[in-house]
Amino acid sequence: MSLASFLKTRLVPAELNEHINRIRKPIGSLGYDPWGYNNEAMKYGLSLTKQIYEKYFRVQAHGVENIPADGPVLIIANHSGQLPIDGLLIGYALASREKDARIPRAMIERFFPTVPWLGNLLNEVGAVLGDPVNCAKMLANDEAVIVFPEGVRGSGKLYQDRYQLKRFGNGFMHLAMKYKAPIVPVGVVGCEETIPAIANIKPLAKALGIPYAPVAMPVVLPAKVHLNFGAPMYFDDLEIPEEQVTERVEKVKAEISRLIDKGLSERKRLF
Amino acid sequence: MTEQRRPHILITGAAGALAQQVIEQLRDTCDLVAVDFREQVYLGDDIPSYCIDFNKRVFEDLFRRYQFDGVIHMGRIMSSQLTRMRRYNANVLGTQKLLDLSHKYGIKRVVVLSTFHVYGAVAYNPALIDEAAPLKSAGLSADLIDSVELENLANIYLWRYPELNITILRPCNIVGPGVRNTISTLLASERAPVLAGFSPMMQFIHIDDMADAIVLAYKKPTRGVYNVAPQDWVAYQHALKLCGCKRIQVPSIPPMVPKMILGTLKLKSFPSYLMAFFKYPVVIDGRAFVNEFGFEPKRPLKEIFRFYRENKRPV
Repeated sequence: MSLASFLKTRLVPAELNEHINRIRKPIGSLGYDPWGYNNEAMKYGLSLTKQIYEKYFRVQAHGVENIPADGPVLIIANHSGQLPIDGLLIGYALASREKDARIPRAMIERFFPTVPWLGNLLNEVGAVLGDPVNCAKMLANDEAVIVFPEGVRGSGKLYQDRYQLKRFGNGFMHLAMKYKAPIVPVGVVGCEETIPAIANIKPLAKALGIPYAPVAMPVVLPAKVHLNFGAPMYFDDLEIPEEQVTERVEKVKAEISRLIDKGLSERKRLF
Repeated sequence: MTEQRRPHILITGAAGALAQQVIEQLRDTCDLVAVDFREQVYLGDDIPSYCIDFNKRVFEDLFRRYQFDGVIHMGRIMSSQLTRMRRYNANVLGTQKLLDLSHKYGIKRVVVLSTFHVYGAVAYNPALIDEAAPLKSAGLSADLIDSVELENLANIYLWRYPELNITILRPCNIVGPGVRNTISTLLASERAPVLAGFSPMMQFIHIDDMADAIVLAYKKPTRGVYNVAPQDWVAYQHALKLCGCKRIQVPSIPPMVPKMILGTLKLKSFPSYLMAFFKYPVVIDGRAFVNEFGFEPKRPLKEIFRFYRENKRPV
């Protein structure tokens, strides 16, 4: 037995291996898809995330069954907590659901592909450069795509601004309309407390070429995370002015805000 | 002219392995004339073969003598060959001459072989790039300008002279027996450099499949630009592993470091101007070509890599 297969038997539980093999996905003969997703890497990724999801953040997910079993879908959530932990947890909730599990795809910040190892690693577990063309092609491919329309405005915000939604971009709504993809809103509660930042050193971020440089403790705190998935929202593909697109985006934003409030009211304590 | 007249086709780049595959496929049904700027290749008594520079006046004599119906232009000098200036003369000016002559002598079908390199490798490339995407590569490396210029030129002629029926093919990495390009040399070698921490997605097409694609394209006169790539993908470092190559890690950050190292080493198999292609993915969408021409690649990646694994010393 080679080292790789030995490690695999130790690290990847058999039922998880089976579970991922069962999920239908458009991959080539060597297990890759055009964006760099790799079936084998995903198995390690999910095994690791299982521990983080269940043991560290003790996630409580409600309504994950709202995500349709097939066809294109946009999963829209609030972004928080400096690192994209929220994306990871939403993705795991979808990939691990008992019935009709799907491989989630997340749109990530443009700077990741330039980071050695990390860029490839993220691609292998399904994350994709957040480019509208990528998102469009994925929806055309019937994928379930996680999008944070706040982008770095959301993930980089300070602890004092927690649970305040920043401006949503309109791009996701245009894509949802064009590809007739339902939108599943998600309210994430708890990730704001994982890495509370008190300030952002903008000159340092600029010098390093990263989106933000938070002043925070160098640990990820084990906050309890609540994920609330809302009912799918459908929008027609009529040609409408941008103003009305913004109104539709506001509707999604309001729903996410409601789901966040629901999560906050469910939460008994921070950790 | 009788209807039974066999089509006369001019094939450029005849010394290359790909052109020879195309010639093999067409020689039974067409009258071929082969030219190459590098050397005169013997292709049998039935195929006249010339070593010729397109920019010389004698090139026109071929058009007068053979009355071509079509041209398959595979004589693009790859960016690893010759100097920038000579490449520009041959690829850009030479192609212009070829297209001018094609127009003058009433050629009815032109297939031009380009490359996916014209899209350019940048970190922000989306995957499944389609034919309408901008060609960024000229802005990224002066060594790829002639490839982009060749395409621009072919595009201008495509619209200006629709009767030429020009089709431009942009294939992904062409690999397989006899192929002498950069990526094939790397896969065939014992050790291959990689940029530490970067393993971009790549696409490979077997030389026989590519020859099929060119012949298919030639036979159906649909004008336009088409990517040619199978619906299969693999990460560069994984491909090397499957080919039995030892990977030599070249430090990759800051970006100046690998540039300096490769610039100093001047490795022919890993030129610094192609470095970005070993760092960032350029994944093209070949579905338009498949749908239009009914193309179906037959050689899977595993078979391609097995060939390289078992032939570590290429002939």
